[in-house]
Amino acid sequence: MAIYNLQVNTKKHRVDVDSDTPLLWVIRDEIGYKGTKFGCGMGLCGACTVLLNGQAIRSCSTPVSSLKAGDKVLTIEGLSADVTHPVQKAWIEAQVPQCGYCQSGQVLAAAALLATNSNPSDAEIDMAMAGNICRCGTYQKMREAVHSAAKNLQTKKS
Amino acid sequence: MKKINETSRRDFIKLSAQATAFLAIGFSSKASNELVKLANKSALGIELNPYILINELGKVTLFNARPDMGQGTFQALPLLIAEELEVRLDQVDIQMSDGSGKFGSQLSGGSSSVKTRWIPMRTAGAAAKEMLVQTAAKRWNVSVSDCYAKEGAVYKKGSTVKLGYGELVEEASKLPVPTQPRLKAHSEFTQIGKSIPRPDVPSKVDGTAVFGMDVQVPGMLYASLVHSPTIYGKVKSFSAEKSMAVKGVRFVVKTERNFYHGPFPTEAFKAKAKTEAVAVVAESYWAALKGKKLVEVNWSTEGAETTSTDEFFLRANEAAKKEGAEYKDAKVGDVSKAFAISEKLIQAQYQSPFLAHAAMEPVNATVYVQDDSVEVWAPVQGPDALVEELATYLGIKKERVKINVTFLGGAFGRKAYYDFVLEAAHISKQVNAPVKLIWTREEDMQQGPYRPGMISAMKGGLDEKGNILGFEHKLVGASIMTSVFKFDMTGKSDPWAGEGINLEDSPYAFPSRRNSFEYVAPNLPMLWWRSVYASTNLFGHESFVDELAHAAKKDPLDVRMSLLEKSPRFIAVLEKLAQISNYRSKRAKGLGIGIAIARSFSSIAAHAFEVEKNGKGIRMKEVFSVIDCGTPVNPANIIAQVQSNIVYGLTATIKNEIRVVKGQVQNSNFNDYAVLRQGEIPKMTVHVMESTDVPGGVGEPGLPPVAPALCNAIFNLTGKRIRTLPFDLEQIG
Repeated sequence: MAIYNLQVNTKKHRVDVDSDTPLLWVIRDEIGYKGTKFGCGMGLCGACTVLLNGQAIRSCSTPVSSLKAGDKVLTIEGLSADVTHPVQKAWIEAQVPQCGYCQSGQVLAAAALLATNSNPSDAEIDMAMAGNICRCGTYQKMREAVHSAAKNLQTKKS
Repeated sequence: MKKINETSRRDFIKLSAQATAFLAIGFSSKASNELVKLANKSALGIELNPYILINELGKVTLFNARPDMGQGTFQALPLLIAEELEVRLDQVDIQMSDGSGKFGSQLSGGSSSVKTRWIPMRTAGAAAKEMLVQTAAKRWNVSVSDCYAKEGAVYKKGSTVKLGYGELVEEASKLPVPTQPRLKAHSEFTQIGKSIPRPDVPSKVDGTAVFGMDVQVPGMLYASLVHSPTIYGKVKSFSAEKSMAVKGVRFVVKTERNFYHGPFPTEAFKAKAKTEAVAVVAESYWAALKGKKLVEVNWSTEGAETTSTDEFFLRANEAAKKEGAEYKDAKVGDVSKAFAISEKLIQAQYQSPFLAHAAMEPVNATVYVQDDSVEVWAPVQGPDALVEELATYLGIKKERVKINVTFLGGAFGRKAYYDFVLEAAHISKQVNAPVKLIWTREEDMQQGPYRPGMISAMKGGLDEKGNILGFEHKLVGASIMTSVFKFDMTGKSDPWAGEGINLEDSPYAFPSRRNSFEYVAPNLPMLWWRSVYASTNLFGHESFVDELAHAAKKDPLDVRMSLLEKSPRFIAVLEKLAQISNYRSKRAKGLGIGIAIARSFSSIAAHAFEVEKNGKGIRMKEVFSVIDCGTPVNPANIIAQVQSNIVYGLTATIKNEIRVVKGQVQNSNFNDYAVLRQGEIPKMTVHVMESTDVPGGVGEPGLPPVAPALCNAIFNLTGKRIRTLPFDLEQIG
């Protein structure tokens, strides 16, 4: 066991866990943010997606010991205080989720995409979100919602 | 056995709960009136009936008795109540039912929720509204016809005088429950038929929705399992030493997995349907997973070495030569006579693979067994059946079983089978603590149960003009009924297996027709999988209608239209499909189109796929879909469900199958059991037919026509007929 100081969603958390513990289980069971989901344990499905310094990563295959001092982890709970992130708003507007289990990861993958590409094409959306499986098949609605979030972001800026 | 033959699968499951269901709804029962008079006052308010509680401030709580796995019951059923109760859906809180008898059947399965609850839920709302209106009328000393209800209050006509439901509920709850409250006409609906936002959606984009995976109870331990590598193995011996050395691991115990469904009482039965596993119980799930890798188990896997899916299909191909046991519900004339006089006989065999459900949320359950009681927090499709099963399993009273239903992170049938809940109960009992059991993705794929592997052996006879004289569909393969309920289907026509192709579901006017079933043992556990046998049956059925059309040199749509002449709802769906897909227009060179239509779970769905060449393969350009599901309750959700079925059905068509060699499942995770991802789907356009008919199913009917429509399109483009699923779209051109 070892002590790790993690910055998750603007707060510092001190956890005492084995060094090989995946960030997923630290976030869920030590810190208590349950929005990040377990889906495959091998980085294949994207349900466990969080943002590490703004980049979408698979927390199920990221050992807690691989995080560096100053790293910032953002989970779905930290994306906005009141469900007002443009991606969340677009997701609600388009009524994207069905079962919803994969959606924390999907929303974060879309947020990470829009942070670096304010007007992604279909192909760019497909590429950025190909790592996030949805068994309910909400893909078409997600693509529409990413476009509409992008549009809203641009209107906001101008 | 006779009874089961006459009943559909889900009805069969419901039988035991049904008697109490009608009582609990209580509109014709004196006993339930007495119950209501007791004015069950809980923290949520006063109960007007099991589904409706209102507190003194007017806050309305509605109970949803059909678990939500993404299909939208969390909204749809409360909406039916709210419509008649005269409250807006955004004014109410929604709670899940707990499996207790007063809610009747609580199974989300068979796309039955809105269909079977269409009248009961509206009646519950309408009766409660009448009680509230009567109370207000009495207080104002006017006739009820001088009052009306709207958005949670009763108004005196022609004035602004009103009384909120909160001010009326206590007195109203003492009134007798109206036995036949007036239900609204379609023209009076203000919420049904509108695409009202789903109340669960915000919680699913900010991480607050609680799934089984997210349950946390005080003193809870985490469990992982070492299941048998061959599914049915037994533990000869095991060594826990290394596992116990992992920090946080508290117990390593032998446990059991039960392969049955329902409250089966006999010990002999239970022993037959039981296999074994080893559980690692720890303070964290990560410790439990680490401990799991270190348990050394000596397995007894006798008999498993010969189990293989390839061998199963060899046997099935042999069995397809037999006559099969005939279905009465699909019998027309005498096919053998028709074949004898046919100018042209055509035969073809279609094969559908074994499949895993692979819901995003791996199966899990949190269970706390105490002396004579048990509490469960879990993503389950039918809490009422689980109450019965756990009571039988643990030998305790049903009243001492409490089920807390969470949101389900997908299920597709898997979570209407409670092996994992019983496992968690068995472990909790041994370690005397609440236990959260989580299966890994690998177990989810390797332990079953699976969709049955099936063969459709088709035979058709044409006269010299190309008219179809006879149509035969032999179903050959595994039986869910045998696997789940242990009923032997050898030599019988499995009553569940014929769905989607009986005369009601497939009203093609063939002059003679025959469906049959021939059982082939898979030696693997089978289970219902989204749209169940319709998912496999329609592949052969609708592909073969196409084959016969081509053999007769006729257009596949024309052939269907003429065979369905006397089925106006089918014709309307096909006409709409032809219109939105521009089926009749000349297609650009290099484009193909194919259609399929199917009725399942009381709704009709049809797809038209447009495909084009893509190097060595095929690209799906677009899919057009039409669904007639009776009265559309929430059109946006219906469109979403059709899209969902297209994606789920396509994965079953063009991705991986479950393969077993020497008793061991060869797939392990999403790397070798691939599913459709963003960027792999065709553009989808869905049309929902307007209707005032009783609602049919929505969660499954879009799936069965997917595979045949795509394969018919590929044939249209390439002349290549696909008869075995799955296939590689990139290599098929």
